[in-house]
Amino acid sequence: MVTETDIRTYLNEVSDPEIPVLTVTDLGVVQQIYLQDQTWFVELTPTYSGCPAMQQIEADILAKLKEKGIFNAQVKHVLSPAWTTDWISEEGRQKLRLYGIAPPVNEPDKSALFSEPPRVACPKCNSNNTRMVSLFGSTACKAHYQCNECQEPFDYFKCLK
Amino acid sequence: MQESALFEYVLRLSDDSLILAQRLGEWCGHGPILEEDIALTNISLDLIGQAISLYDFAADLEGKGRNHDQLAYLRYENEYKNVLLVEQPNGDFAMTILRQFFFDAFRLPLYEALMQSPEEQLAAIAAKSVKETRYHLKHTSEWVIRMGDGTEESHQRAQAAIDHLWRYTHELFYEDAHDQSLQAAGKVPSMAEIQAKWMATVTSILQEATLEIPKNNWKFDGGREGRHSEHMGYILSDLQYMQRAYPNMEW
Repeated sequence: MVTETDIRTYLNEVSDPEIPVLTVTDLGVVQQIYLQDQTWFVELTPTYSGCPAMQQIEADILAKLKEKGIFNAQVKHVLSPAWTTDWISEEGRQKLRLYGIAPPVNEPDKSALFSEPPRVACPKCNSNNTRMVSLFGSTACKAHYQCNECQEPFDYFKCLK
Repeated sequence: MQESALFEYVLRLSDDSLILAQRLGEWCGHGPILEEDIALTNISLDLIGQAISLYDFAADLEGKGRNHDQLAYLRYENEYKNVLLVEQPNGDFAMTILRQFFFDAFRLPLYEALMQSPEEQLAAIAAKSVKETRYHLKHTSEWVIRMGDGTEESHQRAQAAIDHLWRYTHELFYEDAHDQSLQAAGKVPSMAEIQAKWMATVTSILQEATLEIPKNNWKFDGGREGRHSEHMGYILSDLQYMQRAYPNMEW
């Protein structure tokens, strides 16, 4: 008999297609998992509304569960409560850093114009002497930074609250 | 009545998002600098995502078995209820940024108010979208200030964009019987409340940017009733091409 815990364990093997070092559980997008009328429902919260990775994640989850012999599964999208970067696990943050992406830090008031962008440590040399190049980066969830010390350009996973 | 009023209300929100996203998408590969190219298409992507959630909700309310793709791609021009502002051509960078700024300054207080709606799905979509919209408004506000308080050239272009677009901004606050019945039921905020917040944002940003609010109060509208400018047909022919040429195609 498959349990919810088994399914969570299997989902640890499903990675984010855009950031393959992160699993969907590291990312914190998996919510409730429950059995209803003979079907396993896996609740998924999107990171950004338009994130094109979500469809792929859904397909990957179903494929993984099939591989484990679970054919009666469905992915259900839930919007509320809205996903926040606070749900990225500590392990996930470590993995991001090692992968070269600076994990989200607590940002100053986002509505303040021309506010100092958050101090983000360079994932390569760990220097705090970095600058934001653009608020919008290679994907919806990232901003574009550069390190003033080692000159490395890098992605910063924007704080979303 | 309430169901169909809500359907109409949600459809307006979705159509605004979709058509503006399509316009922003035209900048892909043509941005003045790479970072702005990416920013405009990122904003476009957020708007498409919001449109998908909104169309899904509208389709549920309608209960005719249509899905978000059918609502987005398979309606006729007069069935789209977006405001004329979002279908206006991109023009130069100033025109695109001002159009976006006027829209973001409207969408942010609207989403903030809708988060309190007793319509749970609408409140959930608003709570999700408000975070993204906050980034958009910050981005466009900073550009408006930079351009207005920048060089003579950038100031002149920004002011020209405001003078041209101002006539389309009034329609953002359009209200009809649908809105009024939803407001009476406490499901959506009054547009007068949103307009006051919009005006406060616009006034303070334009002031800081040394730009002026036009004296001319000439108003253009029609989009909310399905009467569009000539630009809309061209947008739809691009937007709908694949579904019309290859019905029911999926990626």
